[in-house]
Amino acid sequence: MTPTLDLVPIWTTILAIGVFLYVALDGFDLGVGMLYNFAPDRSARDLVMNSIAPIWDGNETWLVLGSVGLLAAFPVAFAIIIPAVYFPILMMLLALIFRGLAFEFRYRDAEHRTFWDHGFAAGSALAAFAQGVVLGSFIQGFHVEGRQFLGSSLDCFTPFSIFAGIGLIFGYALLGAGWLVIKTEGALQEWARALGRRCLIGTALAIAAVSLWTPLVDSHIAARWFSFPNIVLLAPVPLITGGLIWYAWRSLGNGSEYAAFIAGLGLFVMSYLGIAISLFPMIVPGHFTLRQAAASQSTQAFLLIGTLFLLPVILLYTGWSYWVFRGKVRSDIGYH
Amino acid sequence: VHLDPELLSRIQFAWVIGWHILLPAFTVGLASFVAFLEGAYALTGRHVFLHLSQFWLRIFAISFGMGVVTGIVMPLQFGTNWSRFSDAAGNVISPLLAYEGLTAFFLEATFLGVLLFGRKLVPPAMHFVAAALVAAGTLSSSFWILATNSWMQTPVGYEVIDGRFFPKDWLEIVFSPSFPYRLMHTVSAFYVTTAFVVLGVGAYTVRRGQFMTEGRMMLRLALWFLAIFVPLQIVLGDLHGLNTLEHQPAKLAAIEGLWVGGRGVPASIIGWPDQAAERNLAEIAVPRLGSLYLTHSWDGEVKGLKDFPPDQRAPVAVVYFAFRIMVGIAMLMLAVVVAGLVLMARGRLDQARWYLRLCQIATSLGFAAVIAGWTTTEVGRQPWTVYGLMRTADSVSPSLTGSDVLVSLLLYVAVYLVIYPVGLSVMLRFVWRGPIASDEAAPVGGGRSKSPIEALAAATSEKPT
Repeated sequence: MTPTLDLVPIWTTILAIGVFLYVALDGFDLGVGMLYNFAPDRSARDLVMNSIAPIWDGNETWLVLGSVGLLAAFPVAFAIIIPAVYFPILMMLLALIFRGLAFEFRYRDAEHRTFWDHGFAAGSALAAFAQGVVLGSFIQGFHVEGRQFLGSSLDCFTPFSIFAGIGLIFGYALLGAGWLVIKTEGALQEWARALGRRCLIGTALAIAAVSLWTPLVDSHIAARWFSFPNIVLLAPVPLITGGLIWYAWRSLGNGSEYAAFIAGLGLFVMSYLGIAISLFPMIVPGHFTLRQAAASQSTQAFLLIGTLFLLPVILLYTGWSYWVFRGKVRSDIGYH
Repeated sequence: VHLDPELLSRIQFAWVIGWHILLPAFTVGLASFVAFLEGAYALTGRHVFLHLSQFWLRIFAISFGMGVVTGIVMPLQFGTNWSRFSDAAGNVISPLLAYEGLTAFFLEATFLGVLLFGRKLVPPAMHFVAAALVAAGTLSSSFWILATNSWMQTPVGYEVIDGRFFPKDWLEIVFSPSFPYRLMHTVSAFYVTTAFVVLGVGAYTVRRGQFMTEGRMMLRLALWFLAIFVPLQIVLGDLHGLNTLEHQPAKLAAIEGLWVGGRGVPASIIGWPDQAAERNLAEIAVPRLGSLYLTHSWDGEVKGLKDFPPDQRAPVAVVYFAFRIMVGIAMLMLAVVVAGLVLMARGRLDQARWYLRLCQIATSLGFAAVIAGWTTTEVGRQPWTVYGLMRTADSVSPSLTGSDVLVSLLLYVAVYLVIYPVGLSVMLRFVWRGPIASDEAAPVGGGRSKSPIEALAAATSEKPT
C-alpha cells in the first residue's frame, strides 16, 4: 500500500464552500422572488425580476452540485438526511419548478400572468421555508438505526424546524433586499431599503432565537459554547454577528449601495460558522462524524481530480457572468 | 387498501423521469442542430440559417429551462425514495453523477448565455463555438448519466463489502459492457426525435405557405438527416439488443416473450404474455426466427424466462409491449422517411399536402419511441436496481410509508400536468409565429413587456461593437 493523502478535510471544505455558495447565491434570488409581489406596480415588478433573470439558473445549479456532492463525499449522510426531510425536499423541488418556469412563462403565457406572478413569489418563499426546515431538523438530529433513517417522514416538522424555516425566509429576503438596493435606484431603491430593514429585524430575531434555542435543546452544544475557555474563544462569533446587524441597519438607511448586501452575506457567514462550531465533527448529528460517513478513498480521489480543475473554472465563469450583468437594471432597455 | 411504498416510489420515479427525459430527448438534438445552423451561417452567410437558428433558439430556451427544473428533481429522488440504494451504491455512482454536474451543466449554462445574449457581442465564428459547446455540454450530460445507468444495468469494476459496492476500477465502471451501445442508441434516438420535430415544423411552415425558404430548408435538412439516422438507429438498436442478450439474458427473454429457451427458438410477433401461466396467450410466432436474429444462426441457443426463477423475472407484458411499440414506431419512421425521399426525388415534396400533414402527425413519434425504449430497458432491469445484485425491494427508503409516497406522487402528477401543457403551448406559439428574425418578431403594440431574454438581446444589440 502506498501512503495516501487524507482527503476528508479537502472534501469537507469543498462541500462547505459549495453549500454556502448555494445559500448565498440562490438565497438572494429567492429573496428577490419573495419581495417581488410587494413591488408597487408592474413595471417595478419587471425590474425586480429582471435583476436576477440572467443569473438565477446558474445559482440553482449549486443545489445540484451540493446534493450530489453530499452523496459523493458522504454517501451515508445523504442516505440518512434526505429521506428524513422527505416532505421539505418535496416542497422545495415543486416550489423551485414553479418559480423557475415563472421567469419564462410570465411573458410567454401572458393570459395567466397573475398565476405565474404568484407562483414566482410563493414558490420562492416556500423553497426558502423548506430549506429552513431542512436546516432546523438537521441541527436537531434524526432517528437513525444502523445506516438508515428510521423515524417518520413527519418528524422533521417541529416547532424549532418551522421556526428555522420562517427565519430563513427573513434571511433570504434580507439578501434579496440588499441585492435590489444594488440593482435599482430612486423610489424603487427606497422601497427595497425600507423592506430590507423589516427583513433585518426578522433575521436578527431569528438568529438570536436559534442561538439561544439550540444550546437549550442540546447539552453538547451548550457545553461547546459555554464551557471555559470556549466561551472566551468563541465570544467573537456573537459579537461580530451583533456588529454586522448594526452595520446592516445603518447601511440600509444611508447612501451606501453595496454595504447592506455584504453585511447580509456576513450574517449568513457567521450563522453558518455558528452551526459548524455547534455540530463539528458530525455530519449526521449524534451518529456519524465526517470521517465515519466519508466515501471510500478511491471515490474521493477519482472525483477530486476533476473537481480541482473544474470548480475554479466554474467559479471564474460565475464571476464573469456577474461582471457582464453588473450595474443598475432598467425596464426600457433591459441591462446596460 | 394497502399502499406499498416501493411500488408507489417506482411509479413516482417513472413519472418524474418519464416527463424529464422528453426534454433531453429534444434538447440534446436541438443543441446540435443549432450548432449546425450556426456553423452553416458562419460558413455561407446565408440568412436562412440565421433565421432558423434564432427560431429554434427561442424554443430551445423554453425546453432547456423546463429540463433544468425537472432535472433538479432527479438526483434528490435517489435520496428521498431510494436511500438504501444510495448508501449501497453511492461510492460507485456518485462521482459519475457529480461529473455530469461539473462538466455538462457548467458548459451549458456558460455558453447558452453567450448564445442567447451575445449575437451582437461576438463574431459569428465565436457564436458558432458557443453553440458547439452547448451541444457538447448536452452530450457530456448524456455520457455521464448513461454511464451511471449502464453500470446499474451491467455492473463491473466493483467489489462488495458488507453489502455495499466499492470501486475497484473506474475505467471499467464508466465503460461498463452495455454503456457504448446504450450511449450510441440513446443519443441517436435523441437526434432522431429532434429531427422529426424539425420535419414536422418544416412541413407545417411549408403547408402554411409563409416563410417558404425556411420551411423548405427544415424539411430537407430533416429528411436527409433522417435518411441516415433512422436506418443507423435500427442497426444500433439491434447491436444493443445483442449486448442485452449477452449481459442481461433475463431481460432479453422478457423482451422476446420467450418462456422456454433452447436451440432454434421462435420469434414472438405478437401475443399476450401471461406471467402466472408462464406462456403467451393468442400468440403469433415464427419458428426459428428468434434464434436467427438473436444469434445469427438457425439453431443458436437462447435462454428463456423459465431458465430464471420467477422472482428474478421482470414484469414480462410491460417489457414485451414497450419493445414492440418502439420497434413499430421505428418501422413507421422508416416509412415516413422513404416516402419523403421518393417525393423529393420526384420534385413533389413541397406540394404533397397529404405528406406534409403526415409529417406534422409524425412530430411526436420520436418522443413515443424514447419513452417506449426507456420503459423496455428500465422495466426490463426489474426486479433489480443493480442488475443481478441489488433488488429494487431492498433499495427503497425504509422510513417511507405508503401514504407518504402517495402524497408526493399526487403532487408531482398535479404539478407536471400544469407545467407541461403550458410549456408545450408556449413552444407551439413560437411555431405559429414562424421563423422570423427576433427583432421583427417583437410584439407590435399591446404594451406587452419584453421577456428578460428579448430585453437583454435588445439591450446588447445597442452596445457599440
